[in-house]
Amino acid sequence: MVATATLLPGFADPVFDAQAVFRAAMDALARPGTIQQIGCPLTPPKGLCAASAALMLTLCDYDTPVYLSAALAQGVVPGWLGFHAGAKITSDKSTCAFAFFEKGSTLPAFGHFSQGTQDYPDRSTTIILEVASLEGGARLSLSGPGINGATEIAPLGLPATFLDQWRVNRALFPRGIDLILTCSNRLIGLPRTVNIKALEG
Amino acid sequence: MYVAVKGGETAIANAHQLLADRRRGNRELPAIAIEQIVEQLALSVDRVMAEASLYDRSLAALAVKQSRGDLIEAIFLLRAYRTTLPRFGTSEPIDTARMQIERRVSATYKDLPGGQLLGPTFDYTHRLLDPDLLHDTPVEAPAGRTDADEPVMRVSEILAGEGLIEADGELPADHVAGDLTREPMEFPMTRDLRLQALARGDEGFLLALGYSTQRGYGRTHPFVGEIRIGLVDIELDVPELGFAVSLGEILVTECQMVNQFKGSAKASPQFTRGYGLVFGQSERKAMSMSLVDRALRTQEFGEDVVAPAQDEEFVISHCDNVQATGFVEHLKLPHYVDFQAELDLVRRMRAKHAQPHDHQEAAE
Amino acid sequence: MIEIAGTHPSDPLDAKRALALLARADHQTLKQVWDGLPAKPQFRKIRGPEVGLVMVKGRIGGGGDPFNLGEASVCRASIETDAGVIGHSYRLGTDKAAAELGAVLHALWQSDDHRQHIESTLLSPVEKRAEADARTRSQQTAATKVDFFTMVRGED
Repeated sequence: MVATATLLPGFADPVFDAQAVFRAAMDALARPGTIQQIGCPLTPPKGLCAASAALMLTLCDYDTPVYLSAALAQGVVPGWLGFHAGAKITSDKSTCAFAFFEKGSTLPAFGHFSQGTQDYPDRSTTIILEVASLEGGARLSLSGPGINGATEIAPLGLPATFLDQWRVNRALFPRGIDLILTCSNRLIGLPRTVNIKALEG
Repeated sequence: MYVAVKGGETAIANAHQLLADRRRGNRELPAIAIEQIVEQLALSVDRVMAEASLYDRSLAALAVKQSRGDLIEAIFLLRAYRTTLPRFGTSEPIDTARMQIERRVSATYKDLPGGQLLGPTFDYTHRLLDPDLLHDTPVEAPAGRTDADEPVMRVSEILAGEGLIEADGELPADHVAGDLTREPMEFPMTRDLRLQALARGDEGFLLALGYSTQRGYGRTHPFVGEIRIGLVDIELDVPELGFAVSLGEILVTECQMVNQFKGSAKASPQFTRGYGLVFGQSERKAMSMSLVDRALRTQEFGEDVVAPAQDEEFVISHCDNVQATGFVEHLKLPHYVDFQAELDLVRRMRAKHAQPHDHQEAAE
Repeated sequence: MIEIAGTHPSDPLDAKRALALLARADHQTLKQVWDGLPAKPQFRKIRGPEVGLVMVKGRIGGGGDPFNLGEASVCRASIETDAGVIGHSYRLGTDKAAAELGAVLHALWQSDDHRQHIESTLLSPVEKRAEADARTRSQQTAATKVDFFTMVRGED
């Protein structure tokens, strides 16, 4: 029995909060590079920032296998996710619908995750990666659908091989993973369609 | 091809209002209550639940009321409603051997453990309209009998004792039950998916197909091994508790059809089986389902596919009445532009047809 | 008969029984027990009450491999009392208020102070009623049992 365990509540208003978060995630992916904010109050379980936790409750359900980083998998997150969203945790990166990584964790190569198929490119993994900050890092130039010309982001704490991996991912189109960067209650969407280049200085 | 046409808004609003009026009917009569539909039109409610593939008596009754008794429309409403709900999980498989039995009959054994329990059946009624029902004539409480408490064993177990019948359906060890509400259909499909499709299939369609096998279009030599109707417990495995929780009971109808099988190079002669399991009380549907299930196993037994009921793609693709009604009824939607194109084509063909024959020859 | 002294929330069998009976208690019964509580606990909702679906499985041939038969509507709720006890409720149908009442009463059943009261006013009566209903149904069905008798034909 869980009578003695402490279970944190999920969204205060499950329907409207999830809709608002979904809207933020959709806008983030439709307008890559913009910083979106999660407005609803939510106490995240230990290991997750508010934005990652809100995305977890909004996007994951009984039909979406979820991969968690080693640290997250050992903590309270699996119980919280199972309780509120009914999602099953998988250790198989190649079949997961969503993958979550906390700040500073080692991100496996994108190629290990589900890339979708030519017939069903939507079946690829969406990775939610918490970073140290969405600003103040090396400047990156973004271009592609949803961006008028070019835009800039400067997240802090991306893996060293990020740009090389992204180039490979971009070339798989229409297959490939989508990425959401989170920090605190904010997020940036990087769909597979976006071109990312390093900027000098 | 479709073109957006505006201008019907008022007409549509008024049509909805008219529909609501006709649904309510004569205001001097009391409105029918959901509970009345649940209690007194229980078998309509059962059919809606079975074919909507959603067990909820009150919602099915509401759908029957809203659809003015049009059961396919009610099924459509309930199907639409279920799409708005999250899935909490999957139940433990229901155990029909432990059913609280309401009816149980066998056509293969007269004296079998548990006996023939007729239950609330129409079978021995004379099919004469009953004028008593024109009024609210009081109905007697049913008789009870306290001396019969024999366990009700499955007929398949009796035959299995002698090795005369195939085992219950088994799939490869690593097989996970497919779910056609989650994955697109692909043919050929496994028996578990076919049974899911048949369980929500149209009763009339399955009845006609089952009948066709009896009339010679893919004979299966069927006997009703057993029909049982009753309540089964639904248990949901709850991870946060670490055990399965009982949610309550649902009414189901099960049919075990026993079919002759002459044997093949690989298998010795024995009885094979067709299986039917349906939400609610509906033995017509469960029997039809079991006939069609057996017919669809034709290839598994090395028999030739010669009849519609044995053609998996034909049966499964056409058994869903919500899909069928959607496609048939879409024909009444505006096809103005398509039709203009057809009209033009027929006019040109006629013009060409009317040209003097020699003229055409000269041109060649 | 129920051995009240033996029931214990940490025993899975007892917990299973309590949740099953809460699922079978109708709205009115739950409300009556709630209204009759001498002191009502404060609680906060941690999940739901919410309506969803459970996919009901059958078995091919009755005892073979599982297949998906169809879904059933289910309502569930989880609450935490001020005393820090978490209560759950899962029941067929869409009655959210009943699910929430069930979860609160489940929490109370887990606390030593209230278990006896919940047992005697709710669980035990619901269990007896369910058993009586099942018995009546089974006797009514039994009355429709065919008692075959064979006419004697010819000699030997």
